[in-house]
Amino acid sequence: MTQIPARITDWFTAKGWSIHPHQRQMFDRAADPATLLIAPTGGGKTMAGFLPTLAQLADGAHSGLHTIYVSPLKALAADIRRNLRGPADEMGLPIRIEDRTGDTSATQKKRQRVDPPHILLTTPESLALLTSYEDAPRMFAGVQRVIIDEIHALAESKRGDQLMLALARLQSLCPDLRRVGLSATVEDPQAIARFLARHPDPCLIVQADPGPDPDIRMLETQELPPWAGGGAAYAIPAVLEQIKQHKTTLIFHNTRAQAEIFFHNLWLANDDALPIGIHHGSLDRQQRERVEAAMVRGDLRAIVCTGSLDLGIDWGDVDLVIQIGAPKNVKRLVQRIGRANHRYNAPSKALLVPANRFEVVECVAALEAARAHDLDGEPRGAGPRDVLCQHILIAAAAGPFDADTLYSEMTTAGPFADLSRMQFDDCLEFCATGGYALRAYDRWQRLQQRPDGLWQLRDPRAAQRIRMNLGTIQDTDTLKVRLKRSRGGKPLGEVEEAFAASLTPGDTFLIGGQIVRYEGLREMTVEVSRRADKKPKIATFSGTKFATSTQLSDRILRMFAQPDWPQLPAHTTEWLTLQRQVSRLPNRDRLLIESFPDNGREHLCVYGFAGRNAQQTLGLLLTKRMEETGLAPLGFVATDYATLIWGLDAVTDPRPLFQLEALRNGLETWLAGNAVMKRTFRASATIAGLIERNTGGQRKSGRQATFSSDILYDTLLKYDPDHLLMQITREEAMRGLVDFGRIEAMIARIGDQIDLKRLNRVSPLAAPLFLEVGKVPVKGSAEERLLAEESARLLQEAGLESLASGA
Amino acid sequence: MNELSFSFAGHDLRALGTGALWWPEESLLCVSDLHLGKAERIARRGGASLPPYDTLDTLVRLANDVEYTKATTVICLGDSFDDLDAASALGNREKLQIAALQAGRTWIWIEGNHDPGPVELGGTHLAERKLRSLVFRHIALPDGQAEVSGHYHPKARFRLRGRTITRAAFLFDETRLVLPAYGTYTGGLYSSDEALKGLMSDRAMAILTGQSPQMIPMPR
Repeated sequence: MTQIPARITDWFTAKGWSIHPHQRQMFDRAADPATLLIAPTGGGKTMAGFLPTLAQLADGAHSGLHTIYVSPLKALAADIRRNLRGPADEMGLPIRIEDRTGDTSATQKKRQRVDPPHILLTTPESLALLTSYEDAPRMFAGVQRVIIDEIHALAESKRGDQLMLALARLQSLCPDLRRVGLSATVEDPQAIARFLARHPDPCLIVQADPGPDPDIRMLETQELPPWAGGGAAYAIPAVLEQIKQHKTTLIFHNTRAQAEIFFHNLWLANDDALPIGIHHGSLDRQQRERVEAAMVRGDLRAIVCTGSLDLGIDWGDVDLVIQIGAPKNVKRLVQRIGRANHRYNAPSKALLVPANRFEVVECVAALEAARAHDLDGEPRGAGPRDVLCQHILIAAAAGPFDADTLYSEMTTAGPFADLSRMQFDDCLEFCATGGYALRAYDRWQRLQQRPDGLWQLRDPRAAQRIRMNLGTIQDTDTLKVRLKRSRGGKPLGEVEEAFAASLTPGDTFLIGGQIVRYEGLREMTVEVSRRADKKPKIATFSGTKFATSTQLSDRILRMFAQPDWPQLPAHTTEWLTLQRQVSRLPNRDRLLIESFPDNGREHLCVYGFAGRNAQQTLGLLLTKRMEETGLAPLGFVATDYATLIWGLDAVTDPRPLFQLEALRNGLETWLAGNAVMKRTFRASATIAGLIERNTGGQRKSGRQATFSSDILYDTLLKYDPDHLLMQITREEAMRGLVDFGRIEAMIARIGDQIDLKRLNRVSPLAAPLFLEVGKVPVKGSAEERLLAEESARLLQEAGLESLASGA
Repeated sequence: MNELSFSFAGHDLRALGTGALWWPEESLLCVSDLHLGKAERIARRGGASLPPYDTLDTLVRLANDVEYTKATTVICLGDSFDDLDAASALGNREKLQIAALQAGRTWIWIEGNHDPGPVELGGTHLAERKLRSLVFRHIALPDGQAEVSGHYHPKARFRLRGRTITRAAFLFDETRLVLPAYGTYTGGLYSSDEALKGLMSDRAMAILTGQSPQMIPMPR
């Protein structure tokens, strides 16, 4: 097809618009097997993706499913439905458009499988689920096109890997399937193209005009940013002033907890009662939808939000983006800024608000990088095998399969193009028998090979369990929060189980901008009551934490090396000067370590600037070595630039702690027993199907029936350390949470240039670390020491010390 | 090995850090809720194929405690097997391990809700066992006196200096002692759960298992 149907061109003309060159190009390439469009927000990306579909459906001849649109967000699917419905009606196109996500009703879903719409808008998980049904071939018959929106975001996660496996399956069912990827500006478009392509087919890249550079600055405030903390409460008056001056403002935060606190503080100062809403992933769906609807109607002047609004929902008239807290990553900053001024060829306007003085430095570094178009990013390795295991199970749920065929199909997916047959067979073996050295489940194999060579589920009822546990998103176990009422009160949102466990009745916390009082736990629901009069204890939603990119960290260290800092505000310059006076500033080629007592404990602060994950690993490795040398570490906390370790004894000679050989040699054994590995194992074991999140109604059979995944990890470590899941865990940890590569690079750079500064109290630069969340306890001798002390104290308080006589 | 002496119903008992109860005067070792064969049972019922080393691991730990205490009597306080089929499905290696443990000592299997009938392994099978003033049964009775039981898999959580510690725990008050679960694949029920709060008196204590067992007032 070379001609865009008149109905469509007429519509453009009637709107007074012209078809953008990249939209035309996408239309011309409609027959290519795969095309990647890189365009800024507001560049008519969605229309570019759908133009061929609308043209092909214009004559009304197609029956059944024609185009599947996949987006990482449920809200985006719903939004696109609205934004597509309008033009389709105005063009008079006879097209049925429906969305299908986790929020779609069961009746609607059932009907869609029997009688699918022309265009189905969905998420990676819902699509994978659809491929798991036996009737998938019938539902997908005749599908021509698949559009992956925000593919740059999906390509960074296991959700994307899962999607590509689902596409491989879809492509087998519909050989004519054409793939289209829609992406924001990225540093390596080729990598995304390889990810999207049906291997080994090519994938061409269409670049839209990137538009004018954004107008981006740091917010000027009367108040000084605080020494530490992430709340940015000092900036509230200045932010309110900006909201007043603009039509609609998006206020981005890095974590949900920070968004909650900021929202709370914003309302306390909102004397003009400007309509301001909050939106993040832990809020109840109805609440989120209400905010989204209000935003679309233009009823809100501002929304306090997190990454849940990172992606391209069309909010209409956003004319300002405010980023609270350092952006950590220049690419994401640029993409967030693109959310403002949703009109092509108008510069986006954005303000950065550092939450504390260190972040002033980070923000200035990020501004400089953004102006220089110096985007950052780390290449992603091969597709993870836990996702592959899940897809073998999904294939089995759809019906008996041939291993050779499945292997060929899976290796057409970009992330798995280099998967060896042996690796595939290991995964198949794991799915079938558990893959243990001790072959215990011959009678109870999950998958069995039939006499004709096909693999199938031993127990067909297992298909249901596989579907219920599908997905790669790891919600750290969350509990629903409801208002306490006689018959189940209003749902407010979710908090992490660990946070709920730390609450005692009477504690208060923030959720959805309200202060609530914890009343108790009932059937796995946190019951709360409204409480307007008390200061809240804070909900520690963890949210996603990104490590500051290497590029950005280097910029900061380069800035530290300057003799003075004309680009920084005076208060930050003073602070850095003070740090230089009482201690010194970290240097790219040396390692600064500070040692000081605080609040009855000894502290060690290591400024590695290696990013959050690597600093976390450094914390694990160092505390392990300190444990061995009897320094009784109690715990540590890591940020992007430093690790703070506290313990009972002071470190006087750090050099032995930092020998690369010793660190590397011990890494495997050290890591084996630590919490990060267990957390990684839990995630991978859940994705691979060893741990079931949902077992349908079994949860109420009592908590003593379930046991921690840590036990499984410990058991495998002891009896089957080379098991597939242990291999996957190590791989995952090394590239994700462990990030040992950045530690190696750091140690190679510094050699033995280590400077230990003994101070009599916390240094200016170390202070923010005390307020970091995510402290990791070290369960070593110090814990036993503390436990004994505490037990003695409690018994004494209770007047019971005569009862115990430890032998 | 670490142990903690405490007095219950007039007897001097020891809580071992592993979760076993040791009664030196009677040379008696008591463990509860071994749940042998749990992984096998889950797989049999169409669940996940968990690492099949739980039975082995539980028995190895039990052998260590038997070796350490040189007990002449061992009481398994019920739910020793995850179900009765799991008992008969035990591998030869595990059966030999159990036989070796039983050799030369009195071995008592108390019935539990998971294993309510006899098993084809050595040892005596009983609903409950009285010894001096103590009675050993699987599930505590509302009017139980000097009663040693299991079933609830108690664990205790408490906060100290900004961190939360959770350990499997013995719970005891004036009339009853509840043992933690000993099996490798067992979870726990917090002492603050209604079931345990209702069972134990206000003066109940918890002994946390671990490297060195510690006694605290039972967290509620």
